Amino acid sequence: MTFWQILGIALLTILIAFITGLFYMGIRRKVIARVQNRYGPPVYQNFLDVMKLWSKDSNIHHGIMQHLAPLWMISMSIATLLFVPIAYKSHFWTNFTFNGDLILLLYLMVFGSLGFALGVGQTGNPNSAIGVSRGLTQLVGYELPWVIALIAVMIQYKTTSLTDLVAFQQQHHTWIAFQQPFAFLAAFLLIPAMFHYSPYDVIVAPAELASGPISEFGGKYLGLMMSSSSIFMFAKLALFVDIFLGGAQNWLWMIIKTLTLYMWPVLWSAISPRYRTEQSIWSVWKWPLILSVLGLIIASV
Amino acid sequence: MNYVLNDRESSKIIEFIKNFARKNSLWIAAYGTGCGAIEIPPTMTSRYDAERLSIRGAATPRQADVLLITGYLAVKTLKRVIRTYEQMQDPKYVIGFGSCTINGGMYWDSYNTIKQLGLYIPVDVYINGCMPRPEAVIAGFAKLQEMIGKGEANGWKHYKENLEWYRQNQQRLIKNWKMPDFNW
Repeated sequence: MTFWQILGIALLTILIAFITGLFYMGIRRKVIARVQNRYGPPVYQNFLDVMKLWSKDSNIHHGIMQHLAPLWMISMSIATLLFVPIAYKSHFWTNFTFNGDLILLLYLMVFGSLGFALGVGQTGNPNSAIGVSRGLTQLVGYELPWVIALIAVMIQYKTTSLTDLVAFQQQHHTWIAFQQPFAFLAAFLLIPAMFHYSPYDVIVAPAELASGPISEFGGKYLGLMMSSSSIFMFAKLALFVDIFLGGAQNWLWMIIKTLTLYMWPVLWSAISPRYRTEQSIWSVWKWPLILSVLGLIIASV
Repeated sequence: MNYVLNDRESSKIIEFIKNFARKNSLWIAAYGTGCGAIEIPPTMTSRYDAERLSIRGAATPRQADVLLITGYLAVKTLKRVIRTYEQMQDPKYVIGFGSCTINGGMYWDSYNTIKQLGLYIPVDVYINGCMPRPEAVIAGFAKLQEMIGKGEANGWKHYKENLEWYRQNQQRLIKNWKMPDFNW
């Protein structure tokens, strides 16, 4: 493929992930509204919100790192997305996948929050500082079982390539979720924590922390962050589908599988109150950690 | 490209699209010190569900578009309102809620509340009543959306152009004026 083809496909992937992610967020708002016995906003409400944020005229200046924070976040979201293969056996939709991409993704998924935390520090808002400290604590919490679960999968199939994992599942007509159920269960229980949805929303906590890390960001920066989170959300769901749920043959299957998977954190968040910080740590260090270590032991013997 | 963007007709179209997005996504910073704040929970929650009309709460003034002043303002809280208003990002709108923001309402002869909100910050829409029911609040928001769609809700421009006049009015009431400059 030529350079321009690769670039075009990458841009198209980003665009589709952005639109799908925003629709998923709209569906989430609608579902939560229906659970609360409300009518709820239209599913395209998030598009209007992003458009409104992009058409804001002014912004504030706290320093260079503050201006770089949203950029850091969206660049890492896009990088994560482009290393996740979307469709099996496709020249186009595998983008930049290579043999060690699973290990690279483990790093890339953390970089966004770390860079953002640096930028937030410069805004000087005490709410943001508390939010960042809680966020990094929670990151330590769920990264541990998540990495162990992925290592269990890597050891069992002796590969660090997502394409290989998808190929294995497609050729054997099975899902790694059935082959390695302990790692799958651990990762499955971690999804609400990784999305920072309720009950793991102690970081943003609008009622007590005034939305935490993002409390000083408004206007176009908030629009950039909303775009970033929609892309990152789709990337995380696609990664999960690729590893555990058999991957996909085309975009349609990818969207069906990711949307179904997305309903788990959404419905769980609709009925859950908020964990305190230490509760959110211990809830991921208890069952998910035990299950992932069990998966690691089974994979290595 | 430059020619297209600076053309009067195309900038009109861009302005129309921007205003369409602005009017269909109103994030409010509810300044709930007055008694009218008790009408906000039923407006936002299941009974009247303002979110179906694209109105939702914002956590901080930086993220908000609409400042909702619910009821009377003591002189002491006026200072905080001014600071909150100036922290919001353009374009921003103000809704004065209840009779107290229009003419003082039942506090018309009080020594420590303000009587007309419009003297201190630019108000786009007033909702009268003591206190207005959620239907009236939603009607006020609908009026604001209509004004934004037509490009008439320009209170924030008016505030910037007449900043000295507003500052005079504000400093007449607030004696210990220790505030940062406009928008920090």
